[in-house]
Amino acid sequence: MATRGFFGKRPTDEVGERLPPGQYLTDDFPVLSAGPTPRVALDGWRFTVKDGVRPVASWSWEAFNQLPKTKLTRDIHCVTKWSKFNTAWSGVTIDDILAEAGVAAPSEFTLAHSYDGYSTNVPTEDLINGKAMIATHFEGQPISPDHGGPARLLVPHLYFWKSAKWVNGLQFTSRDEAGFWELRGYHMRGDPWREQRFTGD
Amino acid sequence: MSTLPDIAPQPERLVWQEATVVAITASTPRVKVFRLKPADWHGFTAGQHVDIRLTAPDGYQAERSYSIGSAPDGSGTIELAIDLIDDGEVSPFFHEVVEVGDTIEMRGPIGGHFIWRAEEGGPLLLIAGGSGLVPLMSILRYRALAAPEIPTALICSFRHHADWIWRDELLRRAAEEPHFSLFATLSREPAPVEGARRGRIDGALLDAALASLPAPPKTTFICGANPFVAAASTFALDAGIPFASIKAERYGG
Repeated sequence: MATRGFFGKRPTDEVGERLPPGQYLTDDFPVLSAGPTPRVALDGWRFTVKDGVRPVASWSWEAFNQLPKTKLTRDIHCVTKWSKFNTAWSGVTIDDILAEAGVAAPSEFTLAHSYDGYSTNVPTEDLINGKAMIATHFEGQPISPDHGGPARLLVPHLYFWKSAKWVNGLQFTSRDEAGFWELRGYHMRGDPWREQRFTGD
Repeated sequence: MSTLPDIAPQPERLVWQEATVVAITASTPRVKVFRLKPADWHGFTAGQHVDIRLTAPDGYQAERSYSIGSAPDGSGTIELAIDLIDDGEVSPFFHEVVEVGDTIEMRGPIGGHFIWRAEEGGPLLLIAGGSGLVPLMSILRYRALAAPEIPTALICSFRHHADWIWRDELLRRAAEEPHFSLFATLSREPAPVEGARRGRIDGALLDAALASLPAPPKTTFICGANPFVAAASTFALDAGIPFASIKAERYGG
């Protein structure tokens, strides 16, 4: 049903085609988090891959930065409605992390964990085959603390709450376990093109 | 971070519904407060927000999220305070077009983290920058209804005196409510103003707010634009407030 008197500011066709439903384009890079920015020191930084409760591989910051680096330029979409085009990241793909960790066939579900206690679940198939990385650089610079530095998960094709900031580990789980926002009513997958914002969407 | 008991009940599925605009008041030259009566409403938790969806005649839609500023008070209505953004798409429509009696599509309530219920207790420290006051106002008003004995301090920062939303109500609450203290500051106001300091939020203001509470805050809520939230969080952490007891909500870039 049309809203009386609303005509809107339509994006151009070119922009509109790249915007998932309900999103608008921004040139800013809004910052969202559930709490303060944690103070993560590089000399104590660790990134750990777990199979269930069992750690299978772990890297210091120095060791992590020896892993092969990949660049990804993608559009990103936040559940709070903004989208940002052509964001350029570099980091280590989840494929390369799994190869280094010697995990050939991870389980179907993954929980990403962060230094601030945040977690988010992502289907493993959304992380592999070049779709996701642990990013350490944004637009050629180390990721700033407000945006999740020193390292964040980047899953650009899902709503951005899945791209956990201040990430410190990936845990492969046997069932789909809800993370921080998913426990609070957000969608278990979060595909922007299907507008999977909340439970039941 | 918070654990399960802090999670607000969420509807199984958030369904779009029509809400009728039942009152509109100008709070400041740039902020209007809209009271909405959703067709089917089962209440909310202080701190939550709703999504608004506008549809043009050709089907084009725009969605935005707005915090609820009123208390969960059983009235079946909610108040949204909407800041006019000059080159915006949705806020100019609300400011220039919407009238009492219109229906607006919305869904909610949404949000299970930046919330407070009386049984969680206090003391509470609330820190608001500009329109970040909206969800904190909901908490403050609800607390006055449900648990006025819970000690609460509010730091709120606006640029100018004219930007200070709900000013009269806040001054009145500070005067009348024995367990509530107000610390207002105006960052760009050249002249002194009753009830407010001049300048930006700083460590001294935070210390004063903490000193007004009989015990350290159990929960600190910070809401505003990102630079404000970043600064306020830093002062809070530097003042020794534990990381896990601070909840933040940030607006814009």
